[in-house]
Amino acid sequence: MRLDEMKEGQHGRILRIGGETRLRRRILEMGLTKGSEIYIEKYAPLKDPLELSVRGCHVSLRVKEAAEIDVEALK
Amino acid sequence: MEKRQLRIALAGNPNSGKTTIFNNLTGTRQKVGNWPGVTVEKKEGDILKFGYDMKIIDLPGTYSLTPFSIEEIVARDFILDENPDVVIDIIDASNLERNLYLANQLRELDCKVIFALNMADVAKSRGFKIDAKKLSELLGVPVVFTVGNKNEGLDDLLKTAIELAESPLEIPEERRVRYSNDIESAISELKDFIELRVDSSFSYNSRWTAVKLLENDQIIKDRIIEKVRAESENILRKAEKLRGKLSKRLDDDPEIVMTDDRYGFIAGTIKEVLSTSTRQRVDISRNIDLVLTNRFLGFPIFIFFIWAMFQTTFTLGAYPMEWIDAGVGYVSAFFAYVLPDSLLKDLIVDGIIAGVGSIIIFLPNILLLFFCIALFEDTGYMARAAFLMDKIMHLIGLHGKSFIPMLMGFGCSVPAIIATRSLESRKDRILTILITPFMSCSARLPVYIVLAGTFFAAHAGTVIFMIYLFGILVAIVTGRLFRTALLKGEDAPFVMELPPYRVPMMKNLLIHMWDRSKMFLKKMGGIILVGSIVIWVLSNFPQNIQYSRDYDSQIAQLHQAYEQKVSSGESIDELRLLQTKEDFVERLSIAKEAERAEKSFIGRIGKAIEPVFLPIGIDWRGSVALLTGFVAKEIVVSTMGVLYAAEGDAESDALRNALLKSGMTPLSALSMMIFVLLYVPCLATIGAITRETGSVKWTLFNIAFTTTVAWGMSFVVYQGGRLIGF
Repeated sequence: MRLDEMKEGQHGRILRIGGETRLRRRILEMGLTKGSEIYIEKYAPLKDPLELSVRGCHVSLRVKEAAEIDVEALK
Repeated sequence: MEKRQLRIALAGNPNSGKTTIFNNLTGTRQKVGNWPGVTVEKKEGDILKFGYDMKIIDLPGTYSLTPFSIEEIVARDFILDENPDVVIDIIDASNLERNLYLANQLRELDCKVIFALNMADVAKSRGFKIDAKKLSELLGVPVVFTVGNKNEGLDDLLKTAIELAESPLEIPEERRVRYSNDIESAISELKDFIELRVDSSFSYNSRWTAVKLLENDQIIKDRIIEKVRAESENILRKAEKLRGKLSKRLDDDPEIVMTDDRYGFIAGTIKEVLSTSTRQRVDISRNIDLVLTNRFLGFPIFIFFIWAMFQTTFTLGAYPMEWIDAGVGYVSAFFAYVLPDSLLKDLIVDGIIAGVGSIIIFLPNILLLFFCIALFEDTGYMARAAFLMDKIMHLIGLHGKSFIPMLMGFGCSVPAIIATRSLESRKDRILTILITPFMSCSARLPVYIVLAGTFFAAHAGTVIFMIYLFGILVAIVTGRLFRTALLKGEDAPFVMELPPYRVPMMKNLLIHMWDRSKMFLKKMGGIILVGSIVIWVLSNFPQNIQYSRDYDSQIAQLHQAYEQKVSSGESIDELRLLQTKEDFVERLSIAKEAERAEKSFIGRIGKAIEPVFLPIGIDWRGSVALLTGFVAKEIVVSTMGVLYAAEGDAESDALRNALLKSGMTPLSALSMMIFVLLYVPCLATIGAITRETGSVKWTLFNIAFTTTVAWGMSFVVYQGGRLIGF
């Protein structure tokens, strides 16, 4: 499933990160790497962007960017 | 004895407490400037300690050294080309894993690096225990614990830095990040290839160069072409070939796999040095965000904060503004009294003091506004504001963070444009700077009040509101236009950290506020000074104007006649007589002033450019008023007052009556308001645009563009209005 399909409060693990190189590296550099566990904190009041936590820090990305990330839901 | 000089660079992630450490190390002895060629703030400070003269350079906060953003390029170039004696990497100890990414990139650069594990207290309270000795051994880098906001460990840090600077650079093999086998073999193949083809003048480490070429680093490629020349083509071709091979083998871009490898390496390190107590920790920031970015409460609270910021800036700021106004008045009165009547006196009092005074009066606003913004930034709320607003701002092709500067534009464009510094992408910054002047600033309001009040009496409020809305609309449309035509290309990825909320430190807030305000004073001062003098000269020369009537002798005659009547005791109502006389005198003086303005250079220019303004329903007097409005928009009203021969005051009925009689229609008034809304921002704003875009081209573009849009819109409104019969 895609990251932007996950719901608030869901845990997940990153399987693959797509998109153009620049975006992918940004995402990776913020600690969102293959295999890392994430937790969807919330969606912004206007449903975009979303906030998640990974490796103990909170990161926000646009829904369009999240759509480039494949995840599996945990629990 | 000559003190040995050391140059120490501070690197680190944003929000790692780097600025606090820098401020605590250097105190107020800092110099703020720009990195050459770019508008990224550069801060330096000197300290004399332990017998050394240390220059501390604060590199921009970055998450990595991938040369995508200006900050990253600036930081990396400094380390590569300026060879600082030591680089201190400030690491947020409570967020070790992510922070180690940049740390490892610094290690790969083969410079002398120290890790400062900052916010050690926070890490401890969160139940993290870091084995510094192990970390230091594993990575071959000295490690020091610091608590920046409590000033702990900073002396230790400096001593370690000195020690490291004085010791020879040795790079143990284990300092390397080990990549997976395929990549490692490609690296060593390319490294050998490079070493055979460059001489000693090539200063970069060859392994590092190989790594960067495999990552397809454009800047390093350019450097190779520049430095190696003859062989560069071979090297780049070899690198491209290896990249191609790797991509096929790994089924992914090498740079992505290498980033993964670095994180893998970090994960290994973390396993050995970090132990977390099982105690469930409370994430305070998460709890705060339950309220501040709440689905229902988020926006109301955001709007309240913005309202409070404006309230503080403009209401609280009004008091010191009055003092400054009075102060400028005293200074001006003092010079008026001391100096003998002369042209020089006029220049000083009416030109320089009045001109500079009209700008310096904004200082309280600017100080307060920047204080509020520093507060938003230092607490971590700014990132939340961007989080809330991004969806809306993205419609114009902008980043959520652009909202604050644009909103500030309603107050004053100058601080608004300086505030775009919080935007990371240069394109976003330029775009925001270009459209911010369309947000109707407070200086334009008096113009609307006079015109709308005169010609739309009962509906003045609605008309003014529509003007504001129109400005926003133009900003949105032009924003979209610029994004697709001029500043196209990918939006910068939004991916952004929402840093933990922190209690801000007053010292940091004040330094932050003062740095930015100082810039305003220094740079704007020069431009305003010159501009004021130019406008003064244009409106006061030529001096020997041939008046159509001899005003002075007529005034003198009036005085004489009055004296005679009073002394002869002819009249019973002395008071009424005095009043009539004063009225006449005033009318004559105003008529004289109007004729003088008409025949001055600026009046002649106004007449000369009248043909340009006639199609939009503005006569030569309006043209002159608009010209002088280039210095500051408030001046438009006072110029109109002079030219329409009435007392120039927004409240005054005289100007209204004069305007009504002048042949102006509601339609031409509307056209003029639209022109005032959209045309060239004031001189101070122009100065800010030049400074913040770092480009005269963008400034000239802005001037030409805004004026064209203003004229075009006014033309459509005026001619369209006439067509449909207004």
